Amino acid sequence: MVSRVFLIAMSLFYISPMYWMLVTSLKSDQELSRFPPTLWPEELAWHNFDQATRTFPFLSYLENTAVFAALTMIGSVLSNFVIAYGFSRIKWPGRDLLFYPVVASIFIFIQFPVNPITMVPMFSFFAGLGLVNSYVPLVLPTFFGNPFFIFLLRQFMLQIPTDLSEAARIDGANEFQIMYRIILPLTRPALVVVALLAGVSAWNDFLGPLIYLQNDKLYTLSLGLQFFKTMHGIQFNLLMAASCLVVLPIVVVFLCFQRFFIEGITLGSSR
Amino acid sequence: MPQPRQRLIRNDFRRLSLGLLFISPWLVGFFLFLVYPVVSNFHLGMTHYSGFGQPEWIGFRNYQELFHDQLFWTSLYNTLYYVILAVPLGVAVAIALALAMNQKVREVTLYRALLYIPSVAPVFALSMMLIWLLNPRYGLFNYILSIVHLPAINWLGDPRWSKLAIVLVAQFGAGQIALIFLAALKAIPSTLYDAASLDGAGPWRKFWYVTLPLLTPTILYDIIIGIGLGLQVFAPAYIMTGGGPLNSTMFTALYIYKNAFEYSRVGFAAALSGILFIINVALAVVTFWSSKFWVNYHIE
Repeated sequence: MVSRVFLIAMSLFYISPMYWMLVTSLKSDQELSRFPPTLWPEELAWHNFDQATRTFPFLSYLENTAVFAALTMIGSVLSNFVIAYGFSRIKWPGRDLLFYPVVASIFIFIQFPVNPITMVPMFSFFAGLGLVNSYVPLVLPTFFGNPFFIFLLRQFMLQIPTDLSEAARIDGANEFQIMYRIILPLTRPALVVVALLAGVSAWNDFLGPLIYLQNDKLYTLSLGLQFFKTMHGIQFNLLMAASCLVVLPIVVVFLCFQRFFIEGITLGSSR
Repeated sequence: MPQPRQRLIRNDFRRLSLGLLFISPWLVGFFLFLVYPVVSNFHLGMTHYSGFGQPEWIGFRNYQELFHDQLFWTSLYNTLYYVILAVPLGVAVAIALALAMNQKVREVTLYRALLYIPSVAPVFALSMMLIWLLNPRYGLFNYILSIVHLPAINWLGDPRWSKLAIVLVAQFGAGQIALIFLAALKAIPSTLYDAASLDGAGPWRKFWYVTLPLLTPTILYDIIIGIGLGLQVFAPAYIMTGGGPLNSTMFTALYIYKNAFEYSRVGFAAALSGILFIINVALAVVTFWSSKFWVNYHIE
């Protein structure tokens, strides 16, 4: 009983920002400025959503964000699968030594691909190539591996028995055939995890779009929400309605793939 | 006919080139997206560069300027303040969440989802929500404070509270790391608890002498990740406070951003990034070194 009370209290606290976001998004302007605040809207102001999506080009930003997330997922799955394969399924001299820099760089790439430590030279680099105001600087790095995903997939692939590869090798299969026909199907659950985490991280990226996308036609939803901060302050019910629309896809994806998220996080932790 | 030893070497070489072929995307990425910018930070950091035209070589002038720049020291102080507050708090919150997620209650999967969901929600949206939640006049938090007869707090407008508000945002993302703690909790053999019970240990002593020592490898991981996240904290400050009030949330990452992209002081920003990198590495090394004194790697 005590543990249930503890759990309910904690869950309520954790879900309170999202609950408050939903409630605020459905409040009329008058109800918004009332104190003490009402815990549920007296009248559901659905038109806030209509107005919010007209305050900024919601649909085109949704499309930009979805394309960005999709490309990030493709890049992450392709590159990290092949790289992790090289770090786990082939035995070569120096392999485990070269894995140290991968693990060490997780620390810097805690924000990937754009982070405060590397962003200034990288921006100059991409500016020199005329690629600012495009998605190239945000997507291209995902095709060259992300240390956290390499780590996660390597852990997973090391658990697959080496006999499987050996048997195929004796049958005359080359490394690419073994990778594609034998290891790929077995690694699929871990690849789903990588795809999900990569997609969510692109959807949630703020710093990357902020520095690279200056043309407002290219904006992502994360930048779109900034439209609600105006000189006259913030219209919170509209901002919260827009936020609901941005967060909703993530919550839906989470609920559909809950098992993958929860197992995936712990996948890499089994040392 | 090649000698066996030669064949061995040739075979090694073949596997080496095959291995390198597979990891080549990472090799390219590692040099292009990590080594190059880190080295370039120190190179650009010795130039006067507005972002247009040619960088002009000025030696250590940026570093001299930095040393006398009050705002640089403020940003460093704020960042370390944040790390020192957010990292231990983050560990405590994550362990508390994991203990909650580990309760033997029928509907525990529901609570797990509720505790986890905020950590996949975008930080920029969470920050927007918190601006409203912490609003001094209409916010829910101050309403709750008023119910228990505590004075209202101007969370984001008062330099004494602003950093705390940003630390709070990070705590809503604790669900991810809590799952790793949960896995570690589940890996603790129940025989250890049985033995502790036989010795007459209560729940508190069991936690202190059995659970916590066995969580230390995960705590180390959490501290390392937490330091990295803390030193790079950007979005909540940019969105919620813009560095204010009175520069109380001007973190180093935000100061780098402002110099590079708002004040056109690219060389100066690169010098700052270089210093942030050194601090990042130094803290990681110290943490790893200290781990041999407090991390318990053996379940006995």
